[in-house]
Amino acid sequence: MNESASIIHQAAEVKAKPSSNSMLRHARYVVSENPVTGFAFALFLLIALCALLGPHIVPYDPLASGAATLAPPSRAHWFGTDQTGRDIFSRVVVATRLDFVIAVSSVVLVFIMGGLAGIASGFFGGWTDRIVGRISDTIMAFPLFVLAMGIVAALGNTVTNIVLATAIINFPLYVRVARAEANVRREAGFVQAARLSGNSDFRILLMHILPNIMPIMMVQISLTMGYAILNAAGLSFIGLGVRPPTPEWGIMVAEGAGNIISGEWWIALFPGAALMLAVFCFNLLGDGLRDLVDPQRRT
Amino acid sequence: MLATLGKRLVTVIPTLIGVVIVTFLLTRVLPGDPAVYFAGPAATPQSIADIRKSLGLDRPLPEQFARYVGDLARGNLGNSLSTGRPVVTEIESRLPASAELTFAGLILSLAIALPLGILAAVKQGSWIDHTCRVVATAGVSLPVFFTGLLLVYIFYYQLGWAPAPIGRLDAFTSAPTQITGFYLFDSLVTGNWEAFRGAFGQLILPAFTLGIFSLAPIARMTRASMLAVLASDFVRTARASGLDGKTVIFTYAFRNAMLPVITTLGMVFSFLLGANVLVEKVFAWPGIGSYAVEALLQSDFAPVQGFVLAMAILYVALNLAIDVLYGVIDPRVRLEG
Repeated sequence: MNESASIIHQAAEVKAKPSSNSMLRHARYVVSENPVTGFAFALFLLIALCALLGPHIVPYDPLASGAATLAPPSRAHWFGTDQTGRDIFSRVVVATRLDFVIAVSSVVLVFIMGGLAGIASGFFGGWTDRIVGRISDTIMAFPLFVLAMGIVAALGNTVTNIVLATAIINFPLYVRVARAEANVRREAGFVQAARLSGNSDFRILLMHILPNIMPIMMVQISLTMGYAILNAAGLSFIGLGVRPPTPEWGIMVAEGAGNIISGEWWIALFPGAALMLAVFCFNLLGDGLRDLVDPQRRT
Repeated sequence: MLATLGKRLVTVIPTLIGVVIVTFLLTRVLPGDPAVYFAGPAATPQSIADIRKSLGLDRPLPEQFARYVGDLARGNLGNSLSTGRPVVTEIESRLPASAELTFAGLILSLAIALPLGILAAVKQGSWIDHTCRVVATAGVSLPVFFTGLLLVYIFYYQLGWAPAPIGRLDAFTSAPTQITGFYLFDSLVTGNWEAFRGAFGQLILPAFTLGIFSLAPIARMTRASMLAVLASDFVRTARASGLDGKTVIFTYAFRNAMLPVITTLGMVFSFLLGANVLVEKVFAWPGIGSYAVEALLQSDFAPVQGFVLAMAILYVALNLAIDVLYGVIDPRVRLEG
């Protein structure tokens, strides 16, 4: 890197310090102003903890059948047991990891695909823009859940394909945000400086524009996490992806669906409630993050 | 107005081409070889080759695509493997059930979300505003199949108010004479009150399930756009001219605030059509969604692809209708178009 660029970098670093400090203060302000965000963050930690330690902290083996079948919630089985006597509490906790992994990997995937395509299309314009725009228009022409069903049906009924389908249906959202943000910065001073210092377009995209739009993209990630979990659980509810003995929230609700009309509510309720809490948590977190990053859009 | 409509219709063409290409690709990337799959488990290499030839799979891809488009133009979506019936007739006979459910869900969610959003904007910061926010966030967070089961448990098992979730009519009521396939409409027209009551009772819970799921974006958008409009100059002028609050809110503000709400309807339909599949499964509703799910589980792909295509075309048509409606409500769009 030559001299002028390093000077600009230093200047940016000097400027960045107080701004990161004020960011922290702003974060504290937002949390104190809106305790719901703090609550959502606590919930997120709990979910992350369950996903990390789940299999080690549960009282029963999530796959082992027990003697007490269809037992209502009790002290021994907090959430009751299902048709084959498996402990629902253990299953709900262990399932966290799978649901979390599905959601995170699909969001990471779409962040890479959609984010890069969006930045490129906003930065280069022209043909790149037209092709990327056409692809996202075509995806948006389908009702999204229906398209996900079609993709999983065509590619094969596996968890990997659920991740892929969830990523694909979120693609247009990421493209739109990344494209708009990159387009605004196309002729920004720091981009021109980077270009003058001899950086290639590719390098400018990855090293200069991408870090600048990261905050907005983080909000997008958090907002789509909830949707990704819902989508994956919906697919496994109709019998796609995850296979029955595996604990997963969507499929557990499906297993308990038949028992609802005979009054055994706990089989479907607890996994469904876990699902709801997780989605709720990510939606609140997304709203909170948006307040933090983009105070103008507060509603 | 007609010219605008014509222009809008032209923009639909590339979208439809995209949709057809995607559904074609979905048929061609079936896991494994479609010919092996159609030949069944007792296939010999010879029979597989024959089937590949008869399906046209030995031809180059562009030719296969032309053939696929030709089939579509003749309304041929292939046959279901498990029932042997053409997919098109099956989808045709089941579409009214799904459409009736979707529209009932949409009407319910509009009926709840619009007043909620307007009240939340007019009384910003009041308890009704907070209710609106909680309902909106909870609405999108609730998995639609879970809401459905919860409603069944409360209203069928606990309270006994709703009938069992077993489709559009219970076993003792016969379907009304077929006119449109919408049971509520048909039974009203033919004066068949028993069928109307039965169909209405069966429809309430699934429609509510869909409504709860889709009301969030509508309520949010109504609130936000009402807030923006209420803060604008023409509303201030209207108030300053001494018009009473009702006239200002409903005649002046509401009509202008509706425009962004109508735009979000496109997204709401995407939600509704997708959620429809799940709700149909929970309530054993005999619509196209449950048809696709059954076929999916039996690895019967022709119905699934037909379903995806039908839903996409329906969705494109709905978006077109929304745009036209937009032009009707907002004269400015007409002038500019």
